[in-house]
Amino acid sequence: MSGDVRDLVIIGSGPAGYTAAVYAARAQLEPLVFEGSQFGGALMTTTEVENYPGFTDGIMGPELMEQMRGQAKRFGAELRAEDVETVDLTGPVKRVTANGTTYEARAVILAMGAAARYLGVPGEQELLGRGVSSCATCDGFFFRDHDIAVVGGGDSAMEEATFLTRFARSVTIVHRRDEFRASKIMLERAKNDPKIRWRTGVTVSEVLRSEQGAVGGLRLAELATGEESTLDVTAMFVAIGHDPRSELVRGQLDTDEEGYLLTESPSTYTRIPGVFAAGDLVDRTYRQAITAAGSGCAAAIDAERWLAERPVPPEFAGGGYSAAGAAAATPAP
Amino acid sequence: MANTVNVTDDSFKDDVLNSGKTVLVDFWATWCGPCRMVAPVLDEIAGEHAETLTVAKLDIDANPATARDYQVMSIPTMIVFQDGKPVKQIVGAKPKAALLQDLAEYLS
Repeated sequence: MSGDVRDLVIIGSGPAGYTAAVYAARAQLEPLVFEGSQFGGALMTTTEVENYPGFTDGIMGPELMEQMRGQAKRFGAELRAEDVETVDLTGPVKRVTANGTTYEARAVILAMGAAARYLGVPGEQELLGRGVSSCATCDGFFFRDHDIAVVGGGDSAMEEATFLTRFARSVTIVHRRDEFRASKIMLERAKNDPKIRWRTGVTVSEVLRSEQGAVGGLRLAELATGEESTLDVTAMFVAIGHDPRSELVRGQLDTDEEGYLLTESPSTYTRIPGVFAAGDLVDRTYRQAITAAGSGCAAAIDAERWLAERPVPPEFAGGGYSAAGAAAATPAP
Repeated sequence: MANTVNVTDDSFKDDVLNSGKTVLVDFWATWCGPCRMVAPVLDEIAGEHAETLTVAKLDIDANPATARDYQVMSIPTMIVFQDGKPVKQIVGAKPKAALLQDLAEYLS
């Protein structure tokens, strides 16, 4: 146990988590933020963010996240680079365990985001970091003048493919449908790129291994006929979407069939009083940095009001409350 | 303070391969988001295990030859060297506890 019962713990460090932290810290809730080992969330593996308001010329994803992080810190949010192992949200005191220590809080904001999805085909996990990647900005560099593939048909696939043409000799976009989910501007940009090739109506059935133990090609299957072919590439960048990271609270809170946490929209209230959720963890519709930041803001305001309506019970007293005027005589159990 | 050094293709032999200590080489680049996440964790580990471990940072943009020699295809990649030989490879950013677990046998 870490001692006091805090007002607020925030789990997550993407735009939702940090925005919640900025608002909660400015409201003097002294939030404890579990950033996880991979602070910054999904934007840490992107390049230029062109559609976040306030940046006329765009901003690099990691730079934007470092700015948000710094802003949260400036107002006194306590940031920890630890992964939360378990949570117990059931009682009036929520318990969050990270790195073997349990922290207690009256309210919790969940903002764990979503994790990159993989294909789940033979060879894929074995060759992760050996030509299989979900981070074009991290690994594109290593495939200078190679022929490589991007799997997916959404904005992130188009963005990755376009980015990878800086390095690669050719980038083949492999997509199982003939239509694309990508926005028009992103799709047009990719279509106008002479280095980008297209294989649609096919699925990847296997990632082939080269003699050097890296990616040696992809086995593709025509969706209509099942006919197989080999795509001669040395890397496969997977951009087929994300899955909400709701495992931590499964069984305690309700999710939809895809794992998105259910909230009492338009608020960020979950089924459990004092537990709020924001960002890609709950958003199956928009999934943008700005919508995540917006819902993180909403969660902080919801949490702040919820806490303000409930006086601190004397048994919660501890160092963390002395500033708020509560008696700090008895240590937390 | 932190027991972290910057190495280059030119200094790799002296600072890593011929080092008397165990050296963890962090292959990174300025444009790599996950590298930025793991850097402060490695600094901490370097500071806490100064007697047993040196952390050497190698910018792959400026020093592509070493990255190529060790077939680095993803960053961050961390390779532990003992007596001039790679003995352990870790790919991707991980939390401190997981890194310490991976490195346990080289830290004692």
